[in-house]
Amino acid sequence: MHHAWLVPLLPALSFLVIVFITRPRPKLSAAVSIACMLGSFALAALAAYGVFTDNHFQHRPLIYDVHWFGMQGLNVDVGIYLDPSSAMMIFMVTMVASLVQIYSTGYMKGDPGYPVFFSYLSLFAAAMLGLILSSNLLQMFIFWELVGLCSYLLIGFYSHKISAREAAKKAFITCRVADFALLLGMLAIQIIFGTLNLDELSEIMPHFENYTTAGMMTLIAVLVFIGPVGKSGQFPLHVWLPDAMEGPTPVSALIHAATMVVAGVYLVGRTMFLFTEVEPAMHLVAVTGAFTAFFAATIAITQREIKRILAYSTVSQLGYMMLALGVGSLTASFFHLWTHAFFKALMFLGAGSVLHALHHKADVWEMGGLIKKMPVTGWTFVVGGLAIAGIPPFAGFWSKDEILLATFLEGHYVLFALASCTAFLTAFYIWRMIFLAFFGAEKPENHPHESPGSMTGPLLVLAVMATAAGLIGTPGNPLWQNWIFFGHPHHGEPNIPIMLISTALAAAGIGLAYLLYLKDKDKANARALAGMFRPVYKLIYNKYYVDELYLWFNRKIVDGSARMTYLFDIYVVDGIVNGVGAVTKGLGQNLRCVQTGKMQTYALVFFLAVLVITVALAFTDSSSTALVMGGAK
Amino acid sequence: MPFDYRLLTIEMIVAALGLIVLVLGLIAPENKQKGLGPLTVMGFLGALAAAMVLWNTQGTLFDGMFVVDKYAAFFKILCLSAAVLVTLGCTQYVRNMGVHGEYYAMIVFAALGMCVMASAGDFITLYLGLELMTIAFIILVAVNKRDGKAVEAGMKYLVLAGLSSAALLYGLSLVYGMTGTIMIYDIARLVAAGSISPVLIFALVLLVAGLGFKVSVVPFHMWAPDIYHGAPTPVTAFLAVGSKAASFAVLLRLFVAGLAGMAGTWIMPVAVLAALTMVIGNLLAIPQTNIKRMLAYSSIAQAGYILVGLVAANESGIKGVMFYSFLYVFATMGAFVVVAAVYNKIKSEEIADYAGLAQRAPLLAAVLTISMLSMAGIPPLAGFVGKFYLFKTIISGYFWLALLGLIMSMISVYYYLRVCLVMYRDDPKENTPIEVSGAVAVVLLVAMIGTMVIGIYPGPLSEVVNTAAGTFFLH
Repeated sequence: MHHAWLVPLLPALSFLVIVFITRPRPKLSAAVSIACMLGSFALAALAAYGVFTDNHFQHRPLIYDVHWFGMQGLNVDVGIYLDPSSAMMIFMVTMVASLVQIYSTGYMKGDPGYPVFFSYLSLFAAAMLGLILSSNLLQMFIFWELVGLCSYLLIGFYSHKISAREAAKKAFITCRVADFALLLGMLAIQIIFGTLNLDELSEIMPHFENYTTAGMMTLIAVLVFIGPVGKSGQFPLHVWLPDAMEGPTPVSALIHAATMVVAGVYLVGRTMFLFTEVEPAMHLVAVTGAFTAFFAATIAITQREIKRILAYSTVSQLGYMMLALGVGSLTASFFHLWTHAFFKALMFLGAGSVLHALHHKADVWEMGGLIKKMPVTGWTFVVGGLAIAGIPPFAGFWSKDEILLATFLEGHYVLFALASCTAFLTAFYIWRMIFLAFFGAEKPENHPHESPGSMTGPLLVLAVMATAAGLIGTPGNPLWQNWIFFGHPHHGEPNIPIMLISTALAAAGIGLAYLLYLKDKDKANARALAGMFRPVYKLIYNKYYVDELYLWFNRKIVDGSARMTYLFDIYVVDGIVNGVGAVTKGLGQNLRCVQTGKMQTYALVFFLAVLVITVALAFTDSSSTALVMGGAK
Repeated sequence: MPFDYRLLTIEMIVAALGLIVLVLGLIAPENKQKGLGPLTVMGFLGALAAAMVLWNTQGTLFDGMFVVDKYAAFFKILCLSAAVLVTLGCTQYVRNMGVHGEYYAMIVFAALGMCVMASAGDFITLYLGLELMTIAFIILVAVNKRDGKAVEAGMKYLVLAGLSSAALLYGLSLVYGMTGTIMIYDIARLVAAGSISPVLIFALVLLVAGLGFKVSVVPFHMWAPDIYHGAPTPVTAFLAVGSKAASFAVLLRLFVAGLAGMAGTWIMPVAVLAALTMVIGNLLAIPQTNIKRMLAYSSIAQAGYILVGLVAANESGIKGVMFYSFLYVFATMGAFVVVAAVYNKIKSEEIADYAGLAQRAPLLAAVLTISMLSMAGIPPLAGFVGKFYLFKTIISGYFWLALLGLIMSMISVYYYLRVCLVMYRDDPKENTPIEVSGAVAVVLLVAMIGTMVIGIYPGPLSEVVNTAAGTFFLH
């Protein structure tokens, strides 16, 4: 595990190799990329094994720091921070990334940008792993931005499509807005506490009264939290995530479901010591999370495109993770992060397989009966559906139950109710999609076929993980709870009523979906329901008009003020800039004349200068010039 | 105390090398002459290795006239590195000129002069080193006898350097007259604050003028563009880096250590000169159409930035100067070696002829771009860190100077990027690729990687500079 620093380095290396050497050869590029990723996975697995077999790590992380640069008052290190949380994360990320890369060899076959695609995937993996292993906030921020850049490149990968370009820009700009707040928060931390080192901060923060006020602390926490709101697609900055589905599906699976979007959750988890100190910040996190979970779940009910439904489901599940952090349970949050990565990657890759078969026809209403022609894709997708719905013993059940339990025990009954409703909605919209797409009558115009082994293989592996990944954190076997926690491990007593409620809600959701979308052959009831609540349906179908609101704001307010500043820019700023430029150039031209090329002139200037300086020094009082020119002691 | 020959190892190696090259240049047959370049490189590498091995060796010789400390060792390593790079990177250029023996011998003697200057503990050693270096450079500038421009430049340099030496010598003699000693560290004890005679002030101005000439401080800079332009490119590169660095080493020793008591008097004019140098250097670089002339003015501007460290007049200022001088080696060598390599092929130094260089020689274009961006101070390249260290030392006392430095850096981006624009955007006039020999590629890669590594990971160099600057005041 002392080689953990190699984990991000290998994919970074493969990025460089592909870009500079193997790019003309697609097959070789993919092979390099996958080999490095698998090597990285092996190292991550070894590191994780090392961490989880050594009890020492339960309380002390392994920290390796190298001095990067420094001066008085600012010392920046780079290093790795290996503890159970980051070990779990690098294991999960390298595993999902390896599977996605293998899957991509099938999915991206024949694409002209094949090697470039793999180089981006490698760069992304390197950035994400670097982020996870960062030992200080500045390093984390650098990787955070790098991850954002990869996301931009990959969303806009089909750059010939206008929608893809727009989506890429939207994602980048939205995240930049959030990152700016995060940067401000980090600067405030550096100024007030004098360090960005995670380990040092976790020591200092509990005694923050020595440095600053509670109000300032709350402000910092909120600023830092806005970064994750953007990156993890929390309300109101969730708008980019559904649009990000314009990227190739493996990207959606890797970046916009399993790994990058959880970076926000991870950051909040890493800086938990900051949030726990200020009660309002914790409430903010919890409420944002719960609201986002519910809000996105309602939108998902009405969407028609398979990847869009999954995207909103991702937003919703990320809300769950934030909720868990907000109620103070790092354990539950990271547990859900862990299980979600597998079942959501599974479902996205499954959706990719479907799109591959149907030649990118994305509307679930136009699918149907796919399970007969695509058994592997179909049944693994069902496993994913059961996991996300929270049916025991699938992975999602244990982690979601952990979140509900934590929320309940902390006394947030309203949030608990909201989260429970979301559980019901989740089961409903996921199974609506499954019933519509995979079951029911086949559509004659579709000619689906099962995807190649390179695509179904990863699906099977992920299906196994989606089934079993939760078993390491059951009430009977609380391994997870003993390792990943904030402060000290806590075991919520297994609460049978809550388990029953969540299971019943999930079952009810699936049942309702069954009644409306499978049993009812012509879906008359579903249409009737939508018709009955026409305004509400429209509101939700249009995603609560959040996008439109932003557009309106942009058009009216931003564009309006932009027009004014544009005039200001053209006439005043440009005038000054051009003026300065002209003066500078003119000065340059004029000064050139002194450079006559004649030695006599040069010698004259030399001794004239000596004379002038001597005279100046002789007739000035050094202390008074010091006052004018600075340097006065 | 027995005479410790170890302290003179570097100088002895370099001097022996110079004599060997000189003799071999006379007796070796014409077709063997080209072996002198590699021989010189090997010799310099040997001296460099010796300097690194003897890093921890400290002491003084001749009753303090010759000082060996880490500060001196640092500047010796710097100058020898520059010598290695320039010799290795410009062998083809030198071959085209058709001169061998005397050229390499003079490069070696110039380097020897620089080493002596770095170790100067008194005026005599200082002047000895300075003149050795200057005379070698005068010959080097005019080494290509068939090139009228070079001969003219050599003539100008001879006369103007003579004038500046006269000023310097006059200043030194006045200081000796007032204090009765020529030992720099003794003067520090004798010149106390408060009782400063007008004669000393005049001496001070002459010293500033004499050494300011060497580091091309405005208004003593006027020789630089003509001579940089006229001299053979490798000579220009060595002049811009080695001569300047060694002169800064002397300047710091003389002012910050020797005349520390008069700091109240000299800091202000030096600050004004630094400001002038930055402004004039950058402004005059803008209208240039010849890349060597442009780089000459840019090198004047760089001297202005480095001078900021002298204004700080403390240990962190010295660190800033040392750090910047070191990274300046890579950036300048990178740029000038590119200019030499391009000249070998297209026989032109006009910026307009660099059109499409990115297509004809991607490595050359990349190195020139990186070097110039580093000089402009764009992160994450070395120049950014160097400027950061320099300006930070004066930010509290001379905020206006730091601000001016930043503004001038911004202006410099304009003329640097103009070259990049020509190289990357414009179409080449002809499409033949410009091939780069192995040795040149090595130099270019060293320069580029050095620039990037120091920029991204300045820690190690910063540590070295810290320890080296730490020995500065220990006398």
